[in-house]
Amino acid sequence: MSLAGARFDGAERGTAGGAAGTALRIEGVHKAFGANEVLKGIDLAVDTHQVICLIGASGSGKSTLLRCVDLLETVDAGRIVFFGHDVTRQEIDEVLVRRQMGMVFQSYNLFPHLRVLRNVTLAPVKALGTAPADAEEEAMALLARFGLADKAHDYPDRLSGGQQQRVAIIRALAMHPKLVLLDEVTSALDPELVGEVLDVIRELASGGMTMLIATHEMGFARETATRIVFLEDGVIVEDGPPRQVFDAPQDERTKRFLARVLEAGRM
Amino acid sequence: MEGDTAGPATPGTEEEQVPDFFRSRRGRLLRSPRGAVVTSTVSTLVVLAAIVVAFLLAPGSRQVRSTYFDFHDMWQAFLGDPHKGFYSVGEAIVVNIEMFMIGEVLILVLALVVALIRQSKSAFLFPLRMIAVAYVDFFRGVPLILVILAIGFGLPALYLPFVSSQSAFVYGVLALVLSYSAYVSEVYRAGLNSVPLSQIASARSLGLRPRTAMRHVVLPQAVRTIIPPLLNTFVSLQKDTALVAVLGAVIEANRAAEIYSSTVFNYSGYTVAAALFLVLTIPLARFTDHLIARDRARRLAGAT
Repeated sequence: MSLAGARFDGAERGTAGGAAGTALRIEGVHKAFGANEVLKGIDLAVDTHQVICLIGASGSGKSTLLRCVDLLETVDAGRIVFFGHDVTRQEIDEVLVRRQMGMVFQSYNLFPHLRVLRNVTLAPVKALGTAPADAEEEAMALLARFGLADKAHDYPDRLSGGQQQRVAIIRALAMHPKLVLLDEVTSALDPELVGEVLDVIRELASGGMTMLIATHEMGFARETATRIVFLEDGVIVEDGPPRQVFDAPQDERTKRFLARVLEAGRM
Repeated sequence: MEGDTAGPATPGTEEEQVPDFFRSRRGRLLRSPRGAVVTSTVSTLVVLAAIVVAFLLAPGSRQVRSTYFDFHDMWQAFLGDPHKGFYSVGEAIVVNIEMFMIGEVLILVLALVVALIRQSKSAFLFPLRMIAVAYVDFFRGVPLILVILAIGFGLPALYLPFVSSQSAFVYGVLALVLSYSAYVSEVYRAGLNSVPLSQIASARSLGLRPRTAMRHVVLPQAVRTIIPPLLNTFVSLQKDTALVAVLGAVIEANRAAEIYSSTVFNYSGYTVAAALFLVLTIPLARFTDHLIARDRARRLAGAT
């Protein structure tokens, strides 16, 4: 299935199946907040069904890059090409683009005033016009698949952090995204809750979901990622398969970062 | 000097073992909860009794009591007597209730519109935004009683079709709505700003349009936080309906009391009106307290 002609009107949702193509191409992206230049020319391509893990110290630009891809931030220079479409152009309706991407945040950001089920169905019903009954049926199926069916009618504050984050992932999946962006989704969790969230991501990866993941979980990145991308000070320092980046890093900066991580016992 | 005699000459030997710097400087009574309740109750009663005694012993006490607290007059004012030319304060309070019930609904709507305009960011709405700012500045700054006078006597004087031919009741409610909406729009705005930006980012990332995000994500959360301050404002509105009395033509409780006093030359009608306003406002005030306590308990539970 060629996605080159995909219109951003939600008509062509569904899994990005078929032959592998380029899901996302980031070209020369710059982003500054005031005088602080966070991204200094990022080039990165993500093929469909690939899982790319962004690693790097806090402040290296991982989150900003993800927010730029989701069009939550406007880029200062460069292009973001999503399934062949330059979505950084002025005339693009960014809302339609976001409906085809899922984003999950570090702090879950569930809607506290809505029950879990309604958290999941809100966007399909209000953004895509899915019939509420259909949306609920699908949401229940997703919740059941990830072991949260019994929480469907609870409010988010009744759930543990791990459960909330799993709901946040499910909420993103309910939109049938072609690309999922995960922004340090385990960083706010107690250590014993990290595993259940990583399990969900592993399952998505094995199901062929295209994902761009900012993470500090090096073990997880090594085993799940197709490619590891190491960022420092707003530039991509190293980009390659996990084996290469972790075991034979080429750049001094990568070596230093990995040594620090190792020292901190995070590997 | 007795202070010079060292050693435990006085009773309370075990207390002597407590080092000086640990000993409470407050009365021993306050240390037990029951003691604290007894102490505070007694002191409150003493103060209240002192106020009552001062009132009763005041040189003009007898005069004030017969002018403001005459039971016969209070009862007459409460019941009213059309043949003697005065209205029932008890019936007139219903007009106050009507005014604030209608007013509250209109205020909630108008204030929300003003708040949303002020929060909007589109360049298209810039002129409206300026009008909203001017509106809030003006009506928050001008005393309510002047607004009531300006609208109640100004609009009819214009001899415009429709606008000038409304009843004083309508003008009174209009003045209350204009004045209170300015305040309440600020309450709304505080509520809207209290919703974390991460909630908005999350709604946007799901592909919700700004309007949908406002309606389903931001507003419901904002409303939850503003209910107590909103109810507080409405307690104030309930009693401010009495100011509409200046228009003369609206026979609400305050106006009825006024008519009673100018007919019978006794102010006890005002005391009845005051009591009736308390009957209206105290339950709402208690309900507001209840909501605040519940919200606090919920937040404490959520924080664990």
